[in-house]
Amino acid sequence: MDAFKKHTGVVAVLDRANVDTDQIIPKQFLKRVERTGFGEFLFFDWRYHEDGSVCPGFELNGPQAAGASILVAGKNFGSGSSREHAPWALLDYGFHVIIAPSYADIFFNNCFKNGILPIVLPQSEVLRIMNAASTANSAKDQFSLTVDLDNQTLSDGGELNIRFDVDPFRRHCLLNGLDDIGLTLQNVDDVDAFEKRRPIYMPVVAALSV
Amino acid sequence: MNRRTMFEKIWDAHVVKAEEGKPSVLYIDLHLIHEVTSAQAFDGLRLAGRKVRRPDLTLATMDHNVPTTDRTVPVKDPISKKQMEVLAANCEEFGITLYDIHHKLQGVVHIIGPELGLTQPGMTVVCGDSHTSTHGAFGALAFGIGTSEVEHVLATQCLQQTKPKTMEIRINGALPMGVTAKDIILAIIGKIGTDGATGYVIEYTGEAIRALSMEGRMTVCNMSIEAGARAGMIAPDETTFRYVQGKPHAPQGEAWSAAVANWKQLPTDEGAEFDRLVEINASELAPYVSWGTNPGQVLPITGVLPNPADIENPADRKTVERALDYMGLQPYRPINGLTVDRVFIGSCTNGRIEDLRAAAGIVQGQTVAQNVKAMVVPGSALVKLQAEAEGLDKIFVAAGFEWREAGCSMCLGMNPDILSPGERCASTSNRNFEGRQGKGGRTHLVSPEMAAAAAIAGHFVDVRTWKK
Ligand code: SF4
Repeated sequence: MDAFKKHTGVVAVLDRANVDTDQIIPKQFLKRVERTGFGEFLFFDWRYHEDGSVCPGFELNGPQAAGASILVAGKNFGSGSSREHAPWALLDYGFHVIIAPSYADIFFNNCFKNGILPIVLPQSEVLRIMNAASTANSAKDQFSLTVDLDNQTLSDGGELNIRFDVDPFRRHCLLNGLDDIGLTLQNVDDVDAFEKRRPIYMPVVAALSV
Repeated sequence: MNRRTMFEKIWDAHVVKAEEGKPSVLYIDLHLIHEVTSAQAFDGLRLAGRKVRRPDLTLATMDHNVPTTDRTVPVKDPISKKQMEVLAANCEEFGITLYDIHHKLQGVVHIIGPELGLTQPGMTVVCGDSHTSTHGAFGALAFGIGTSEVEHVLATQCLQQTKPKTMEIRINGALPMGVTAKDIILAIIGKIGTDGATGYVIEYTGEAIRALSMEGRMTVCNMSIEAGARAGMIAPDETTFRYVQGKPHAPQGEAWSAAVANWKQLPTDEGAEFDRLVEINASELAPYVSWGTNPGQVLPITGVLPNPADIENPADRKTVERALDYMGLQPYRPINGLTVDRVFIGSCTNGRIEDLRAAAGIVQGQTVAQNVKAMVVPGSALVKLQAEAEGLDKIFVAAGFEWREAGCSMCLGMNPDILSPGERCASTSNRNFEGRQGKGGRTHLVSPEMAAAAAIAGHFVDVRTWKK
């Protein structure tokens, strides 16, 4: 996983609550066996009409959102399935930071595993960012933010300066690009010892003949 | 003495290592995998030169994109086919037991774990699938994980987890006639919302829960994730023990007695505290129908649709507006009598034998309405076999239902079973998101009884008063 320290990018606004993973990446695109290449299918059913033409009204299709790498959304973002294809699609499309009042649990977790920083801010702060970003309506006056994970701050270089909280351990892993499988494997002796203590009646899988 | 909830007991018993300021390393007793969320995890293992630590605690099946029609013909969709082939090759390479599309024990991953006796009280169970919460019905800590975590469990048989909070949802009293486990969980989500339990593990308690069969308990726990919960669980009791005993992987002889003695220690201690309590009176529940595009948008069958104009909060108003628009529905319309085009009975929520029995009980001697296309997809090959032994398939087929092979099917429409744009479906599955069952498809979540009755009537009816 790549380390995440500081990121500056264009902000795209998706002012909808409960955006679910079926919307982020519709299931017809889950059949790839790689981690990459999902970006073109991000929000597919919202981005494109049935005939394949672009829906001009969809938030991410406007010129102000072109090349965006920071997504601001409504509460409970990423609800629904555990599909990690959702963060893969967001990342592949170019998003490195998400800002929302709250997230679904598994999605939130999956973001960190892929080097995406999901920031939780109070509704009022999210609205401030949405309002600031919504003044942009062309490719020329795009709204950008700088996210500094080390100092836990967001800034537009002007008046908008917001501090955010992040779990210290997750921050540490993200800043250093740590592989958490490697971290667990450092405790392999403890795992060995634990396995010796497991009750004997615990089931093991064996192919049943039928 | 330290009074603990069941969740805390199971958590404590599985902590391999806990350090201040870090997530705990938690041991996983059973890891279930399927074709959609595992390929990239195996790739990761290969890339890092890692092995699967405990293939003997790992079971694979194919369910999400398997066709539910004739299995003797080759799978047509080349990408689905590839995904299944990749899973088979990975299982072969890493020594994992696989019940593939042709196997007699194949089925939806959350149905086969319990029916094989692999899901037992006191265990930790994970799967790269959010409805892993189903297994919590046994008094297990069971939750869905992402593909990176699948890789983590494959490599280490452990996960790093921060401890969630606990919530008790107590369903007091007895359920009225015609009201089912599905209605309990739909009512809960309607009450607390789709993020009402985010960050929590739910324990369901109360007389109405105690009175449920294991199958009903699985239906309730299955949809915990629809309320945002990390997991849902129900304390094991005699009902649980009876269900597990004699299953292929259940402990036997002395091991059985030892296991039961331990399982009896699991229930939450008297006086242990939960972080939050929600109480519901079972007697106030009715059959529920979801009307919108998330599982919190539900109504009792006697209810009328909301009017956005009545909603003050602009964000909420917009959400309701959008949902009504997508669902093609008018404000204030009663949900009763709404015409359906399709009926789907199946999924890990309601694809077990009791669900099929309940639906067949309604369907018996009736005919599916002319305007409706209806199908039954058993949750597993064993469920299908059992249903056929009981003659349920004949009842469904005689009424005009399609009788299919086991799989996820139209629950998420990754296989050819999908809705066409604008089609309205009464579905026993768990999600009514936009496009979940096919782009433009309109899903209404209901119990098997309600779905079966809608198939016969051609529109939603109140099963409590409906005369065939
Ligand atoms: S039946 Fe539906 S919810 Fe259950 S595992 Fe399959 S796709 Fe997921």
